[in-house]
Amino acid sequence: MTAPSIASTARAAKRLSPSTLSRLSVARRCNSTGAEPPPAGGHLPSIATSKILRTTREAALRTPGIKWLDEDGNSPLQNTIGGRETRKMNLYQAVRDAMGIALAKDDTAIVFGEDVAFGGVFRCTMGLAEEFGRERVFNTPLSEQGIAGFGIGVASMGQTAIAEIQFSDYIFPAFDQLVNEAAKFRYRSGGQFNVGRLTVRTPSMSVGHGGLYHSQSPEGFFMGASGLKIVVPRSPVQAKGLLLASIRDPNPVIFMEPKILYRSAVEQVPIDDFELPLGRAEVLVPGADLTLLTWGTPLYHCETALSLLAEPPASLAPLVPEALRGARIELIDLRTVLPWDVESVIESVQRTGRLVIVHEASRTAGVGAEIAAEVQSRAFLKLLAPVRRVTAWDTPVGLQFEKFIIPDAIHVLDAVMETLAF
Amino acid sequence: MSSLARLRSRVLPTARQLVPFARSLQTSADTTLLTQSIPEDGSTPFTVKLHEDSFRAYNTDAPSLDVEVTKDSLLKHYQTMVTMRRMEQAADALYKSKLIRGFCHLAIGQEAVSVGLESSITKDDMVITAYRCHPFAVLRGGTITGVLGELLGRQVGMSNGKGGSMHIFTPRFFGGNGIVGAQVPVGAGIAFAQKYLERPSATFALYGDGASNQGQVFEAFNMAKLWNLPCVFVCENNKYGMGTSAQRSSSNTEYFTRGDKIPGIQANGMDIIASAQAVKYARDWVIAGNGPLLLEFVTYRYGGHSMSDPGTTYRTREEVQRMRSTQDPIRGLQRYIEEWGVATDAIDKAAKEEIDKAVEQAKASPEPRAEDLWTDIYYKGTEPPLMRGRERDEVHVY
Repeated sequence: MTAPSIASTARAAKRLSPSTLSRLSVARRCNSTGAEPPPAGGHLPSIATSKILRTTREAALRTPGIKWLDEDGNSPLQNTIGGRETRKMNLYQAVRDAMGIALAKDDTAIVFGEDVAFGGVFRCTMGLAEEFGRERVFNTPLSEQGIAGFGIGVASMGQTAIAEIQFSDYIFPAFDQLVNEAAKFRYRSGGQFNVGRLTVRTPSMSVGHGGLYHSQSPEGFFMGASGLKIVVPRSPVQAKGLLLASIRDPNPVIFMEPKILYRSAVEQVPIDDFELPLGRAEVLVPGADLTLLTWGTPLYHCETALSLLAEPPASLAPLVPEALRGARIELIDLRTVLPWDVESVIESVQRTGRLVIVHEASRTAGVGAEIAAEVQSRAFLKLLAPVRRVTAWDTPVGLQFEKFIIPDAIHVLDAVMETLAF
Repeated sequence: MSSLARLRSRVLPTARQLVPFARSLQTSADTTLLTQSIPEDGSTPFTVKLHEDSFRAYNTDAPSLDVEVTKDSLLKHYQTMVTMRRMEQAADALYKSKLIRGFCHLAIGQEAVSVGLESSITKDDMVITAYRCHPFAVLRGGTITGVLGELLGRQVGMSNGKGGSMHIFTPRFFGGNGIVGAQVPVGAGIAFAQKYLERPSATFALYGDGASNQGQVFEAFNMAKLWNLPCVFVCENNKYGMGTSAQRSSSNTEYFTRGDKIPGIQANGMDIIASAQAVKYARDWVIAGNGPLLLEFVTYRYGGHSMSDPGTTYRTREEVQRMRSTQDPIRGLQRYIEEWGVATDAIDKAAKEEIDKAVEQAKASPEPRAEDLWTDIYYKGTEPPLMRGRERDEVHVY
C-alpha cells in the first residue's frame, strides 16, 4: 500500500470522536476499583501474550545485538549460541540475575539502596545479600541525595556502584547530585576523575494506581544533563543485557525499570553474561508507512494498537477504515533515552514519512518534544504528516485519574490513524 | 502488673541502678500511678504520676511526671484512640477487598501519638506530617468519611479522590506528604509564618525515624534554630524506617539528641498521658520564645510499612505480638478506666458503628467527575488557556 492511497481513502473516514474516546476510557475506569480484576483485555494481545517477548530459548539467544561476555573472552565459542542455556524469568528476576553476575565477576561492585538487603520493595535484590555478603549488598538510610552522593564518591574511586532509588519519583532529592555532580564529574575535573562506574537503578512509569508520587516518568527531566545516560528496558532479556552494559559503561547511567513489567513481562533469559548495546534503538516490527516510537511500558500498548488497527474488534471496526488496516507500521523501542539514537529514528522516518511518539510522561517539554524537534529539522522534506505525540495529560498523576491520564492503546490507535490519514 | 487504680509505693528498679548510664525510656502504657483517690465527678481534675522513665531530656529539663487529668479527658482519649484504630482497620479491610488501590500506610499501634498530640494543642497550632496521616487528618478537622472516601478515590474524599492515602489536608493540617522527609522544611516555613505574623502558636512537624536521616531534615533544624522558630520537630520513632530497623539506618538512634543546639525530649509514645504531657511541654516551650524543640516519641507500628509489606520479614512475629500484648496504648488506658468501674464496651460499640457508617457513606460516594481532572492545577481564573491531553482531541479549554 502506498502512502497517498492511505491518505486519500482515510480522509473521508470517520475519526474516533472525543466522546467515543471518553466512553472507552470511562468503561475501562469503572473496572479499576471493582472487587474483581478487570478482564485481561479480552482477545487483545496483552503483556502476557505479547509477541515482543522472547519466550523460547531460540528466540532469546538470537536477541539482536547480543554480545556474550564469557570468562574466556578469547574462546572461539564466544560468538556461538550453541550450548547456551536460558531460564524463564520475569523482569525483576532478570535484573537480579544481572546484578548477581556483576557482583560475582567484579569484586569492587556493591549494591545499595533503601531496603535492598532483604530484597527491595520489588524483589530485585532478593538473596543478593545472602549470596555476596552484607558488606557488598546493604541498606542505606532513607536519603536519596545521600545515596546518589555516596555512589558518586564510591564510583570516583574506581569502584562499581549500583545504587537503587526506590521509586523514580523519589529521585528529585538526588537531582542535584546526579545532574551537577555525576553528569559533570569528568568534564569539570578535566578528565582526571569520572563516575563512569555508577549505575542508578530506579523503578519508573505508571502502575495503574500509584498516584501522584509513584507513577511518574521523570526521564525527561534529565534530558539536558549531558554526561548521563538514561536507559529504559522493555523486557527481561533487555533488562539483563542493558543493565550489565549500563553497569560496565564508562559513564554514569540512570536505569529506569518500568515497574508494572517487573512481574508481568516474562521471557526466556540467557543465563550467561551478555550485554546489549546502549544508545541504540531496536526495530521490533519493521514497516514502511509510519514509525511508531516509544520505550518501556507503552510498547505493549503500541502492540495492542497495531493489532486493533490490523484487525479491529466489532466494536471498533466502523471507526477503523479498511484502507488503513493494511498499513505497515514500524515499531521502534528507543531503549536509551539519553543519548537517544538519532540516526536510527531519522533513518526510519525518512523511509516512512510519518512519526508517532508515545510516552507516559506529560507532553510539555517531554522527551517527545526533543525528538519531534530534531526529526522535523533533519527530515522536514520527507515528512508526510506532522509528528504526533501521544503522552500523558499535562496534569499531575491524580490517584483515581491515573488510567485516564496515561495514554493507552486506543489513543495510540487514534494517533496512528490520524497521522496515516493526514 | 502495676496499674493506675492500685495505689502502691514505687519499687526502685535495682537492676537499673547498677548501670546508671544505660537507663532507657520505657514504653509501657499502664505504669502510671495514682497519687490521690479518684474524684466521682468526671470533670474534677486529679493528679497522676507517670513512670519515672517516661521522659528523657537533652539540654533541657524533662516534663513533669505529675500530670493533672480528669476522668472525662481519659475517657475521651480512649474513645478517640479506639475510633482511630477502627478507622485504620476498616481501611485495611477495604484495601484487602481491593476497593482501595495504591499506597496505604496505617498507624495502628501509634494512636497515642496522634491523639495525644491533638489533645494538647489548639486549633491555632499547625501540624504537618508524612504519609502515615489518616488519624491526624480526622483529628485536625477532617471527617472519617472524608478520609476513607479519599482512600477509596471518591468525590467525598478530602482531596476529592485525587490524592489518596498520602495526600489529605485540613485548614490546620498541612497534610500527608508522600516524600520521606520533605515535609520537615515545610514545617519550618509554617513556623516562620506563625512567628512573623506574631501568632502565639506552634507548628508540629512530624517525621519518622526513617526520614530523620534525610539531609533536608538537618537543613530545617538549622534554619529553625538560627531564626528561633516556634517549631516542634516531632520524630515518631516506630523503630523501623520501611523495612530497616533504626539501629541499621541511624548512627545515633537517640533522635531527640540530633538537633545539635536544639534541645530535645524523648517521650513514651505508647502512653497517651505521657505523650499528651510531652506535647504540652513542647508547645509551652516554643511559644515562650525558646526556639525549636525536638520531641521524639518512642512508639511502634503493628502492621507493615505499607499494605504491600507483611511487616514480618525484618522483625519477628513474637516481637510484634509482645508489643501488642504488653504495650498497647489502648489496652493500657482501658485497664485504668475499667478499674474505676466504667465499662468500655459501649464506647467500643459506638466506635464500630461510627466507622461502619462512614465506610458505607464513603463507598456510596461516586468516583471523581472527569471534569475534576484539570481543576486545581492552577488557581481558578489564572489557568493557562488550555491543558493538553494525551492527544489532540483531549485538550481542555479553561
